[in-house]
Amino acid sequence: MTIRVAMTVNGTEYARDVEPRLLLIHFIRDELGLTGSHWGCDTSNCGSCVVWLDAKPVKSCTLLAAMADGHAVRTVEGLEQDGRLDPVQQGFVECHGLQCGFCTPGMLMTARWLLDRNPDPDEAEIREAISGQICRCTGYENIVRSIRWAAEHAGQTP
Amino acid sequence: MQVPAHVEYERATSVAHALSLLSRPETRVVAGGHSLIPMMKLRLAQPELLVDINGLAELAFIVLDGGQLRIGALARHADLLDSAVAGECFAIFHDAERVVADPIVRLWGTVGGSLCQADPSEDLSAAFAATRATAVIRGPDGERTVPVREFHLGPYETVIGRGELLAEVRVPVRPGMGSAYQKVARRVGDWSVAAAGAVLTLDGGKILQAGIGLTAVGAEHFVAAEAEDYLRGRAADEDSFQAAGKIAAGHCQPVADQRGPEDFKRHLVAELTTRALRRAAARVGS
Repeated sequence: MTIRVAMTVNGTEYARDVEPRLLLIHFIRDELGLTGSHWGCDTSNCGSCVVWLDAKPVKSCTLLAAMADGHAVRTVEGLEQDGRLDPVQQGFVECHGLQCGFCTPGMLMTARWLLDRNPDPDEAEIREAISGQICRCTGYENIVRSIRWAAEHAGQTP
Repeated sequence: MQVPAHVEYERATSVAHALSLLSRPETRVVAGGHSLIPMMKLRLAQPELLVDINGLAELAFIVLDGGQLRIGALARHADLLDSAVAGECFAIFHDAERVVADPIVRLWGTVGGSLCQADPSEDLSAAFAATRATAVIRGPDGERTVPVREFHLGPYETVIGRGELLAEVRVPVRPGMGSAYQKVARRVGDWSVAAAGAVLTLDGGKILQAGIGLTAVGAEHFVAAEAEDYLRGRAADEDSFQAAGKIAAGHCQPVADQRGPEDFKRHLVAELTTRALRRAAARVGS
């Protein structure tokens, strides 16, 4: 049995007939082909699948696509605007905020959400915000620096 | 790859609609889904129908109403953590919410879902037990209320029957109250190794009433009843709090698992209960 699921993803409307059990991460990656969001631990621990549902980040491996029906989703592909990287993306470039890059899409989406709520977070606030996400390369130090870079360069990326 | 088994999905448009959908057997409510969906992936839960109540805005509130703090079942963990009125009345909820899961999960998981999941290591169940809260349940025959201390029948089991929905939790606010929650976990976002919540109502230096909630340590209904009885009428001082901690540790039933052996968990119960009582007393009148 399938149901019709329609949602806006990064400003574009999509509709698909899917099984109700389909998880949002698989809808985004397999049905829409937007593979920037990563499917990681499958247990809501790692956070590499974080996207925004309406205005809030969510671990998309722990939400049914059906639950996002009628809502607006924003993925890492939606950060760049008119060819300009979002400051959080530029921060990860400037401060070497990734090595393998697997956790990066989730980190970026959470970082953007943090900075929208708190434009000048200190290190403790950044670490708290990303505490539900796992990076096995960087030791987090450079991720924290990258997000600080973004805070200090809001609206200044080339 | 973990995916849930086949399931049907309906979105409730009102509480009445939700109740009619819930009359079908093998139906589960989904709100935040952050406990249920992982359990469905593991086939620990295998409902035939999911009723999505995320659209029921009338269940998403936190208000001080008369002498009660009323928390709608659909209030998110993050809402409770952000609620100034909840924090002023019951610091225990802010203490607990800071250590429930992680900030992203807290945006979606709900207060009602936490209680209804009835996980034996769940934090809010202990906090609500300590506060002597009341669950408000709606069903086909109207509304009924159940003390949170009678709400859980056992691990993953509650008094909610077929066709019923937890609507809100009411917490009595009294003058002279202070509260606190103390948890030890292996890492951020993990379940408790052990945790203790305390609510004290004081008259001067004397304890009028004590509420102590424990989680993850096999305390019946998440309550340390013997320690509460011990404290009633005693002086609110360090000797009382330490003695109550030892009583709580002696009466709970922790089991050894990968989070630690039994004696370690009992040690934590004694220490965390004492700390929670100490902090609750310090917060009275603040």
